[in-house]
Amino acid sequence: MKQKVFSSLDAAVADIPDGARIMFGGFGGAGFPNNLIQALSRKGVKNITAISNNCGTREGELGIMFQNGQVSHVIASFPGPHSNYFQERFANKEVTCELVPQGILCERMRAAAAGLLGFYTSVGVGTEVANGKEERVIDGKRCILEKPIHADFALIKAQKADELGNLTYRLAARNFNPIMAMAARTTIVEVDEIVSVGAIEPENVITPAIFVHRIVQAKGVRFAG
Amino acid sequence: MGDKPRLTRDQIAQRAAQELTDGAFVNLGWGIPNLIADYLPKGVTVYFHSENGILGMGRRARAGEEDYDLVDAMKVPVTLIPGASFFHQADAHLMTRGGHLDVAVLGGFQVSEKGDLANWKIPGAKGSGNIGGAMDIATGSKNIIVCMEHNTKDGGAKIVHKCSYPLTAIECVNTIVTDLAVIDVKKDGLVLREVAPGWTAKEVQQCTEAKLGVSGQVPEMKLG
Repeated sequence: MKQKVFSSLDAAVADIPDGARIMFGGFGGAGFPNNLIQALSRKGVKNITAISNNCGTREGELGIMFQNGQVSHVIASFPGPHSNYFQERFANKEVTCELVPQGILCERMRAAAAGLLGFYTSVGVGTEVANGKEERVIDGKRCILEKPIHADFALIKAQKADELGNLTYRLAARNFNPIMAMAARTTIVEVDEIVSVGAIEPENVITPAIFVHRIVQAKGVRFAG
Repeated sequence: MGDKPRLTRDQIAQRAAQELTDGAFVNLGWGIPNLIADYLPKGVTVYFHSENGILGMGRRARAGEEDYDLVDAMKVPVTLIPGASFFHQADAHLMTRGGHLDVAVLGGFQVSEKGDLANWKIPGAKGSGNIGGAMDIATGSKNIIVCMEHNTKDGGAKIVHKCSYPLTAIECVNTIVTDLAVIDVKKDGLVLREVAPGWTAKEVQQCTEAKLGVSGQVPEMKLG
């Protein structure tokens, strides 16, 4: 069996280079890979493209990456009312941002995961989201072409992994994590608990091991507000 | 007319709640819509959907009961009702875009006479803006109800010929519930269905830029 379990957070992110495109799971304070984000920040990678629903809660979650000036481009849906460090960098033009409707963000990542080269949707038609995109009419409905979002790495959070990489999630902390796990070339997961292969009932697996490349155990961190 | 009482935000929510039927799958947006859960008519069970992957949200969690892995789209700890389920964000929005929700109730800055909705960005506001789930929800849901104040703070119209604010989605709104009226968006324009207690159709029209169709006597809203 391929060894996927890493002994430290720092080792799990050690080869992420400057300029990498990285997906970060999490929504509404739940399901963020906060330990991995902290490790990535410690490593000091620069110039990354961050793909995430939001852009941090003050210095928490992705906030530290903006505080330290490690991100140059963001693809996000809801940067958030407390994304102070991102907003500061954005106002200073140190970070560029593509805003994407939340479900379309999901589907563009899923298109990347599924080997699809794009899809047409009515979401965004007639809005600024449609700027620069091909528009056509299908079955009488106006729609725009959306293309996949690929990533080099996904940093995600799950509740439990077996040593093969099968994952389960807790409550609504699932959110973007299973989608990003499928979409990135290399998926790194932090979990509360690692169990032996076979200890998760097959019918309870949410993310199958084929999508998971590195596993590291860490006590979950939550940032308030 | 300026000092005539209008509905409170809670009363707007209360009136909008009457549009929800037993067993419906419903998404509530930010702002006034988020107050609706407190005003469901007696005997009506609604399965609230949250775009982070929950169907069957119950009341907000009480002090000491909070679990921060169980939050709604506004980050507030919630509870579940029997029959609830979890799923990932792509499926959550498959439900919104794919027409699987019975009703979505959204906040609004402006609604046009064609049912275009602007609710995500104020022109000239600083920062990146936040789209979130608004565009997916507004585009795909079978029935979109917008809850908002009828006029801006300085008395300007929010129900207009054409939205001047950045659009969320075109031709998507079915019903508007405000502090003055219930208005339906029909193929040939807006129709005034109800007025707030003490208001006349003529007075509501004077507060509205878009033309409101009226047939006969427009009844007053009934609140609980």
